[in-house]
Amino acid sequence: MQLLRHEGVRVIFPKNQGCCGQPAFNSGYREQALPVARALSKCFPKELPIIVPSASCAGMIKHHWQELFAGQEDEQYVLDIASRTYELTEYLVNELRIKLTDLGEPIEIAVHSSCSAQREMKVDQHIKSLISQLDNVNIIEHQRKTECCGFGGTFMVKQADISGAMVKDKTDCLRETGATTVISQDCGCLMNIGGAFEKQMASGEKSMNTQHIAEFLWQRCYKE
Amino acid sequence: MNQTEAFYQRIEKALQNDQVRQNIRSAMNGLMQKRAEQFNDPEELSELREKARSIRHYSLAKQAELLEKLEQKLIENGIQVHWAETAQQANNIISTILKDAGAKTIVKGKSMVSEEIGLNDYLEQQQIEVLESDLGEFIIQLAKEPPSHIVAPAIHKNRQQIAKLFHHFFPELSYSEDVNELTLMARKILREKFEKADAGVSGVNFAVAETGTLCLVENEGNGRLSTTSPDLHIAITGIEKVVEKLSDIPGLLNMLTKSATGQTITTYFNMISRPRQPDEKDGPRAVHLVLLDNGRSRIRFDNDLLETLRCIRCGSCMNHCPVYVHVGGHAYGTTYPGPIGTVLEPQLAGINNIGALTSACSLCGACAEVCPVKIPLPKLINQLRAEAVNEHFSDKPVLGKGSLRKTPEVIAWSIWQKIYSNPFLYKTFSWFATSLNFLTPSKLGKWSKYRTVPKPAKKSLNQLAQENGFDYE
Amino acid sequence: MSNRDNILNRLKQNTLSEPVKIESNVSSFVWSKDEKITQLTKCITAVHGEVHHLTNIHWIDWLNQELPKRGLKQVLIGRNKVTDEYTYKADKSVTIHHYDKPIDSWKDKLFNQIDVGLTTTVGAIAKTGSLILWPDAAEPRLLSLVPPVHIALLDANTIFDTFEQAIEELEWAKNTPSNALLISGPSKTADIEQTLAYGIHGPKELIVLIIDK
Repeated sequence: MQLLRHEGVRVIFPKNQGCCGQPAFNSGYREQALPVARALSKCFPKELPIIVPSASCAGMIKHHWQELFAGQEDEQYVLDIASRTYELTEYLVNELRIKLTDLGEPIEIAVHSSCSAQREMKVDQHIKSLISQLDNVNIIEHQRKTECCGFGGTFMVKQADISGAMVKDKTDCLRETGATTVISQDCGCLMNIGGAFEKQMASGEKSMNTQHIAEFLWQRCYKE
Repeated sequence: MNQTEAFYQRIEKALQNDQVRQNIRSAMNGLMQKRAEQFNDPEELSELREKARSIRHYSLAKQAELLEKLEQKLIENGIQVHWAETAQQANNIISTILKDAGAKTIVKGKSMVSEEIGLNDYLEQQQIEVLESDLGEFIIQLAKEPPSHIVAPAIHKNRQQIAKLFHHFFPELSYSEDVNELTLMARKILREKFEKADAGVSGVNFAVAETGTLCLVENEGNGRLSTTSPDLHIAITGIEKVVEKLSDIPGLLNMLTKSATGQTITTYFNMISRPRQPDEKDGPRAVHLVLLDNGRSRIRFDNDLLETLRCIRCGSCMNHCPVYVHVGGHAYGTTYPGPIGTVLEPQLAGINNIGALTSACSLCGACAEVCPVKIPLPKLINQLRAEAVNEHFSDKPVLGKGSLRKTPEVIAWSIWQKIYSNPFLYKTFSWFATSLNFLTPSKLGKWSKYRTVPKPAKKSLNQLAQENGFDYE
Repeated sequence: MSNRDNILNRLKQNTLSEPVKIESNVSSFVWSKDEKITQLTKCITAVHGEVHHLTNIHWIDWLNQELPKRGLKQVLIGRNKVTDEYTYKADKSVTIHHYDKPIDSWKDKLFNQIDVGLTTTVGAIAKTGSLILWPDAAEPRLLSLVPPVHIALLDANTIFDTFEQAIEELEWAKNTPSNALLISGPSKTADIEQTLAYGIHGPKELIVLIIDK
């Protein structure tokens, strides 16, 4: 929000916003997902762009709400919301055409593109293009970079063992890069990956910082 | 033990087997890379997928008409056609044909539909000797295991395991762990069987209505041998495999081989339209086709679910599935594993029997991205999850609707709903810690084995937004 | 009601709106004869096949030179104009067998005593490196499959660009053969550790002789 404001955007934070409904939607409980999604949809009556700083939530609103709201009275309204929804980096690159100046120390990072960013929102190239504006930041590609980190919302709870095996693979691949920090567009993945690193530290493994792209950009380009 | 617990057990067992996981991971890496090399032009790929999708969709739309046409052409060509509504009927039909012909030994080409109906067990109970002739199928038949992958059935085994298996069953052959030597051993063992077999059984990759042609795709030549050398050939296929015209075939064949194994084309593409003709010197004197429904017509009844039936069984969804890569095919406990199995099996056998499969998916979308006929697999998996917990979710003819609805889950999600649809209740960020952990009481907190529990932030985003002077309305 | 009628009736209950099918585009690219030969050769050699483009040497002379060198003696052929010629001109070291009796009486010989199956082809597909065979009474189905070496004669003027083109120009749907084959290399498998091994069931070697006068 601070980053957007700094770029001259008037940011409104709708005070009643909650959840997009994805956890219940992806668990089969659509009845329960619908009122939650509807409550959120009511926060955006004005014809303004809606910026979502997490690709999977953006994907839910943009692509799955129409399935969830199919046949409902507010289906059209929700389609309108979907058309106004942007993932944060998408907005920064395509709409704002942001110009960044890197003020930070040289750093090597790895970028984890979430599944929603790659395959649903198709915005994974934007995070790269933002970082490519930063002179002192070097992205090191990791093995199997398109593979899911094992988050998957309630999947992580319902299939904890499989999810655990997936996040172990992901953290191993990220660690192999030798970079110090992992950047992502998705809060869920960051929570999963960061939590796994922290847990693995207990068994003496090297950890990495995890940071959301917005925070990373804010720290490098704006904070003195 | 209920299906969910049984599934968890199979998963646990699979995850403990590091050898198998390593074998599968390395094979899947190879298959993914080879596929990617074949499709290096994204624009062309997108056109090819759309074309393949349209061909398969057209075939399904006109399915009844095309099956009638296929039957008519096959009969004209001298191929006998049988219809089976269930696995039991299909097994009966096949064993009756074999008994009428006095066939005692049969060689089989690879056929997933025959796995689906449990044909081998059925025939063996009738004292008919069945020999799988595809190398991978031969290996797992010796090991008494089901296939772990629809294209590469023995992919979970490494050469050492296979060498030991061969040595155990054929002690007269010298022990070797060399892939070439193992292959030549199999050639030697199976050649004799091909020569002597009374009948051959195969699957079908595509059935062409226009010409009455059964198409088989393979590399080894065992499919050709099984369908050509014995005097009797019985082919079995799902009713969805029919396509309209011969000219539909190239577009599907191209996508099948490239998606499955990254090959431009397989070694053999075998197109069978007639049994041995009076002046011919070889080929089976009788050819039969068994058309199996086994739930497919029910799936086709719904316009969303019928997308499942576009599948051409290339296996690329499982090659790219991060869940399949970790647990392998056996953990699914079904004929068809991986994403397509997760969608197809609960529809064939009922959610009440195998709906738990749908939980083993992070909805990452890797499968849908590579599917050559654009089946929206994650969307279908998610729809089946909704069917599984809500009997009244839709009017789709899905078996076992609502059978996975659990009261604690319903309560948890209802509380969650109350909190999150009410701005006054929802002003905190500890939702993961609070609402989700008691979703699955049996698995309580297991996820924290692999990662630390996220700590709720000191201040909520709402507080921060206000404090930092953002418009808060 | 029969099984058949039950199934068909269920399928007829859901009529889908008129679907659109994207038809094959036959003339998507056009290669010259030389380009086709190059592409075909590239594909077949990439999968362990052998291709010889015979411009100055008669294929029978080529066989007479090569077969003795490779120790291949028992050659099985069909009965047609092309291969009949070979019967009279074959090298003395070679014994010619004709596939002219129903297989039932001599399967053992076919499976165990023959070194080479020699066939003609209907044509080939450059794009995928595939030979088109339409086995018939003169050249039976197992001739190209059971012997450990398959030698195929291909007229350079019968190579198509694509499978689509072959289907159209051969009027394949109208002239449907009892058995038709695309053969794109020697028999192979990757069922053990995804490692390629040749000659699992069919020929271990595929030799294509492109006849181009």
